[in-house]
Parts: sequence; C-alpha cells; structure tokens
Amino acid sequence: MDIFIQQVINGLTLGAVYAVVALGYTMVYGIIQLINFAHGEVVMIGAMIAFSVIVALAPGGLPPLVVVLIATGCAIPVCMFLGYAMERVAYRPLRGAPRLAPLITAIGVSIILQHFAMMIWGRSPLPFPQVITTVGYDVGGATITNVQIVILVVSTAMMTALALMVYRTKFGAAMRATAQNPQIAGLMGIDTDRVIAATFVIGAGMAAVAGVMVANYYGIAHYTMGAPLGLKAFCAAVLGGIGNLPGAMLGGILLGVVEALGAGYIGDLTGNWFGSNYQDVFAFIVLILVLVFRPQGLLGERVGERA
Amino acid sequence: MQPRLSAIALATVAAFGLVACGKEEPPKPAAKAEAPAAPPPPPTMTVNIGHVAPLTGGIAHLGKDNENGARLAIEQANAAKISIDGKEVKFVLIAEDDQADPKVGATVAQKLVDAKVAGVVGHLNSGTSIPASPIYNQAGIPVISGSATNPKLTEQGFKQQFRVVGRDDQQGPAVAIYLAGTAKPKTVAVIDDATAYGAGLADEVEKTLKAAGVKVLAREKGTDKTTDWKAVLTKVKGRNPDAIFYGGMDATGGPLLKQGRELGIKAVFAFGDGACTDEMRKLAGEKAAEGLICSQAGIPAQASSKKFLDAYKAKYNVDPILYAPFTYDATNLLIEAMKKANSADPAKYLPELQKIHFNGATGPIAFDEKGDRKDAEITIFTMKGDKLEPTAIMKGGKTIAYNDFLQMLATAVSAAGDAAKAPVDSAAQAGRDAAKAAVEAGKAATGTPK
Repeated sequence: MDIFIQQVINGLTLGAVYAVVALGYTMVYGIIQLINFAHGEVVMIGAMIAFSVIVALAPGGLPPLVVVLIATGCAIPVCMFLGYAMERVAYRPLRGAPRLAPLITAIGVSIILQHFAMMIWGRSPLPFPQVITTVGYDVGGATITNVQIVILVVSTAMMTALALMVYRTKFGAAMRATAQNPQIAGLMGIDTDRVIAATFVIGAGMAAVAGVMVANYYGIAHYTMGAPLGLKAFCAAVLGGIGNLPGAMLGGILLGVVEALGAGYIGDLTGNWFGSNYQDVFAFIVLILVLVFRPQGLLGERVGERA
Repeated sequence: MQPRLSAIALATVAAFGLVACGKEEPPKPAAKAEAPAAPPPPPTMTVNIGHVAPLTGGIAHLGKDNENGARLAIEQANAAKISIDGKEVKFVLIAEDDQADPKVGATVAQKLVDAKVAGVVGHLNSGTSIPASPIYNQAGIPVISGSATNPKLTEQGFKQQFRVVGRDDQQGPAVAIYLAGTAKPKTVAVIDDATAYGAGLADEVEKTLKAAGVKVLAREKGTDKTTDWKAVLTKVKGRNPDAIFYGGMDATGGPLLKQGRELGIKAVFAFGDGACTDEMRKLAGEKAAEGLICSQAGIPAQASSKKFLDAYKAKYNVDPILYAPFTYDATNLLIEAMKKANSADPAKYLPELQKIHFNGATGPIAFDEKGDRKDAEITIFTMKGDKLEPTAIMKGGKTIAYNDFLQMLATAVSAAGDAAKAPVDSAAQAGRDAAKAAVEAGKAATGTPK
C-alpha cells in the first residue's frame, strides 16, 4: 500500500507541473487555435534564468528561500517578455494566414530558443543548485518531500488564481469573448490584440514558475528539458480537451498519475514483458483510448471547426 | 597558409637573384638551377582525421571532452612537423556531431567516408559506433574508439575497428565483482537506460552477480533522456534491494541517485563509466553522491600521463572529464601507425596499427586480433568527500587495491628501465609478489567462482 501511495504522490507532483504547463497551451489554443510548440522552451528558459540567478546569489549568504524567490521573481518577467515578444514577432504577423503557417513558425521558434539557450548556458546538463535542503515527511509509509509539497501548493494556487481571473474578472470576460469570436469581440470594443498578447504573457509567467519547480525537483536543468515536458503538457491539454481550462488541469494531473502508476506496475502487469521505460507508452495508450471514445477530450465541448 | 607563403617568398627571392645576375634565361629553368643553393620547402600533404562524438544533446559535455583530446593530439603532431613519405604532413581534424543518435551516427560516418578521411577517432557511444562500423569497414578506414565499450563493436570481425578502452564484458563483471565483494548485497536491483551501452553493461553486471549467488531483481528501464526516476525507484524501493546498479550516463544517473536518496533508499548505488564523473556530485547533491561506486574502462583520467594532463589544462583551461586521454591516445595511434608505414593510405598503415606497441597517455597500448586493447584495466572509483577516488583496479577478474597498483606501475617502470640489474629485478619481483598477494586477498574477499 505504501508503494501505491508513493506512486500517487510522485504522479500528483508530476501531474501538477504538467497541468500548469498545459494551461499555457490550452489558453493560447482556446483563443487563437494555435498550438504554441515553443511553450515548452519558455519553461526551459525560466529554469535557466533561475539557475543563473541562484548561482550568482548562492554565495551571498541570503536565506535559501529568499534566493529561490528572487530567482523565480527574475525568471517570471523575463519569460513574460519572451512570451510577449514571441507573439508580437512570430505569431501576430501570421494572424490571418492558414493555420499551418503559425504552427511551423512555432516549431521554428522552439528550435531557435533551444539553440539560443545552448549558446548561453552550454551543452552540459546544469546541476541546479540545491539551496533548499530536501526534507522528507512520512505519509502512511510513503515519503513526501518539502519540494513536492511546495510544487503541489504553488501549482494549485496558480491554477485557482487563473480560474478566478478568467471566470470572475472583466479581463477574463474579454478573454472568453475573444476565444468565442474575435471579430465580434472586437466590435464590442475589446482590444483583441491586447487580450491575445496578455494570454501569451500569463501563460509564459506560469511556465517560468513551472520551470523553476521542475529544475528544483529534479536538480537538473538542460537546454533540451523543455521539449519533452512541453509535449507531455500538450498531451495533457488534449486529454482534458484542448481550449478548456479545467480540462488542462484534470488532464495534467491524470497524465502524471497514469504515468507514475504505469511505470510502477506495467512490469508486474505484463510479466516484465514491458519495462518501466514504456511508461510513456502507457500514458499515450490512455490518451488514445480517451480520444477514441471522446475526441473532444475529457471536458472539451464538441465545437464546429472555425475557419 | 604558412608553407604556401614561404614558397612564394622563396620564389620571389629566387627571381630577384636571377634579375641580379642579369642572365637572359627564362625563369623556369633558372629557378631549378637555383634550387640546390636554396632548397625549396619540403612538399606538404594534408591528412584528414575524422572525430565523431555528440556535440549537442544531453552528453555534449563528454563529446566535447573527447574532441578536445583528439584535437590536442592533432595540434601537437602539426607542431612536431611530422613528415611521411618525404612530405611534411598537416593533420586536419574533421569534427562531426552524431547527437548520440544511431541514425545520425551512420549518416556522419558516410559523410566522413565521402570526405576520404585517413582514419576516424570515435564514436563516443556504443549505440552510434556499432551502426557506423560497417560503413567504415566497407571503405577500409581504420576507426579507433576512445570510449565505446559495448563488446559487439569489435565482435563483428571488422579488421579496421579498434578501441583503446576496456569492454563492457570486462567492465560489467569488474564492477559486479567489486560490488559483491565489498557491499556484500543479498539483493541487487539493476536499472538501465535502454541504450546499447547501458543495457549491455547492465546485462554483464546481472550475469556476474547471478553467478556470484546474488539475487537480481527484474530489470527496470528508463531512457537516455529520463530525468524522472521516482516511479521506477519507488517500485524498486518496495523490493528492498541492498544495492542498485545503473547502466547509463551521468545526465540521467545523477537525477536517479538524487531521487533515490530522496525516497529514502539506503542501498549502495553503483554505476558504469558513463556515470563515473565528478558531475555526479553536482547532479545528485553532495550528500546523496557520497559513497557511490563506479567503474571506468581503463585507468582514471587523473592517472594518465602528467604531460598530457598539463598540455590539456594549458590548452583548454579545464581538466579532462572522462575519455579525453583515450581519444588523445587513439589519435596518436593513427598518426604513429602512419609514421611507421610511411603512408597515410589506410590500406598501407592498417597492418602497422594492428601490431602497434605504443606508450600513450593511458599507458602502454597494443591490440589483440579483434581490435580490443590488450590487458585493459578497469578502475573502480568511490565518491569520497568532494571527489571520485580510485579505490581498486580490476584486471583479468582480479581486484587490486589502487595504491598497490600504483606501486606495481612504479616497479614495472623501474624494472623496465633497468632490467639488467638483478637487485632491481628482485625488488620488482617482490613488488609483484605483494601485488599478487593483494589480488588473492581481494579474490578471497569477493568470493567469486572464477
């Protein structure tokens, strides 16, 4: 039983991160039907900025928590600016273009960011400084660390804040209106370009936090870390129903837990025919099954294709 | 550039001399006539040597380290102005990136073959070396890997395939014997990264452990990009092993170790050469890394010749990480064989390479008929305090304490240096006896069947 609890804890932590990143995908898709494949790289840049700040501040003798907070505080605006610049430079000029064009651009931006990071931070995996000492707590025989607790709490707080913003504020209403129909929203006096830019900025800010959390959790930062994480988060968004905020959260958590349980039990279930390296396969089987029976995703609504 | 400039200068001087003499002869024969007085620069020849390692991706730092080793050898050879077949040779290193990807490895190999390189140093990974090897073999280009340890590489019967490191079927058993002998585990979990290298090494470890009567759990696997090992480790923790062996690189091994300790796993962690770097301490955290055991095919980088270490440090301003001394040696072997054959033609210098005896930065090197290094040592390291310390040398399935090994090396050198003097000989014999006793002691301690 304790093993099962441990796997669920692992999965929830992983899933919380997926969910936060997935929100970035789903928000952008919801508004302009663009799959921003460069979103994973924003997570990576966030981790890298935080890495540099922590390395610079670590010998200063500040309390570790303050160092990490400053690092996160630096990573968020940088990533927000990056998100804004990406939208302004790479996507806005293509707003009226066929859908494939911005998609390819997104892949291009992703490659550029990756190599840009490689030039600055080098090719080696960077050991993320462990300024916060990891402390484990016992939960029914399983261990949960302080870092895991922080990830769960921060992710939940961010998701709650985002949901409140989207569903309770005037700006949120503008976002939803733009998502439903940008032309009409524009006629109603909404500056849709501003709303779209803001969506990118908010998503990028959350990605920055996710980057710091992931790098801290695994103790490693690398210029390629964004792409696989981004892909998983994208799948989580699709699983929950892309364009749907609660869907992305649910999809992320679900994917994380399925992955952890899959890795933990796939060997036993198949008589060691499949090893734990097939944990991704396990996760994707779930994704495919869901999409076969509910193509719109778990919480997605069946909507007609918009041009 | 330099030789061509001086050639022009010489020609100019010759022409001026001609004008000064005021003779009416056409310039061409005149230049010929002047030649004995002012000898023309020796004709030059360019020899391309390929180097392949991942220069992007997760282990790009190791790839760069490999390349640095080869580049250093090339530059030293150029500075020494080696002449082959009466021509001064300019060696050029063509460094390629195979991204540690088997498909790219084969593409890059074809590219080097098309570029008509005289020899290749690489690839870094076994997973890329093996698919690339038939391409080199078909073109008859000698290849020396400084780091690929999978046995299959040299088991394909390719006459021009060599390596200057030990094999996984030497390394795997070595680390397994050491692990079984020191940690005395009842149950061991074996994890690998599903690459030719990681899985191959893990197989050898598992085989040896089982033969030694140790219970080995069902294999767990990740990939060479896995950073989240929590699920695998949680499962392993439930089986309560006394030791965990991971076949893979440091970029994945570091997080594995860190997460294992976070989950409260108290077992001894052991690794192969791919994760036998000081990076492990940074990636896993100092506390988690303390006491880890790892093996390296060959001798430790810091035990390679001081001349090499100093030259490397002077050129790159860092210390070699892992295999730089081996790629350095591999490059020098190619050059040495070309010198001996007095030709840079692969078909002509290959026989020289096969029977070469060379004193490299990693010790004396000779190849067996498969192209493997004869008498390859495997070193066992333990993380103590802030660095990896060599604790034992495994040779032919025997354990030799590291200090005894150094003593043996010293005695071997002094014995070789002054073989005629009987007292030295007997001293060397005494040293060898002591070493032999140590070996026996180690053997007894490990309790292995062989």
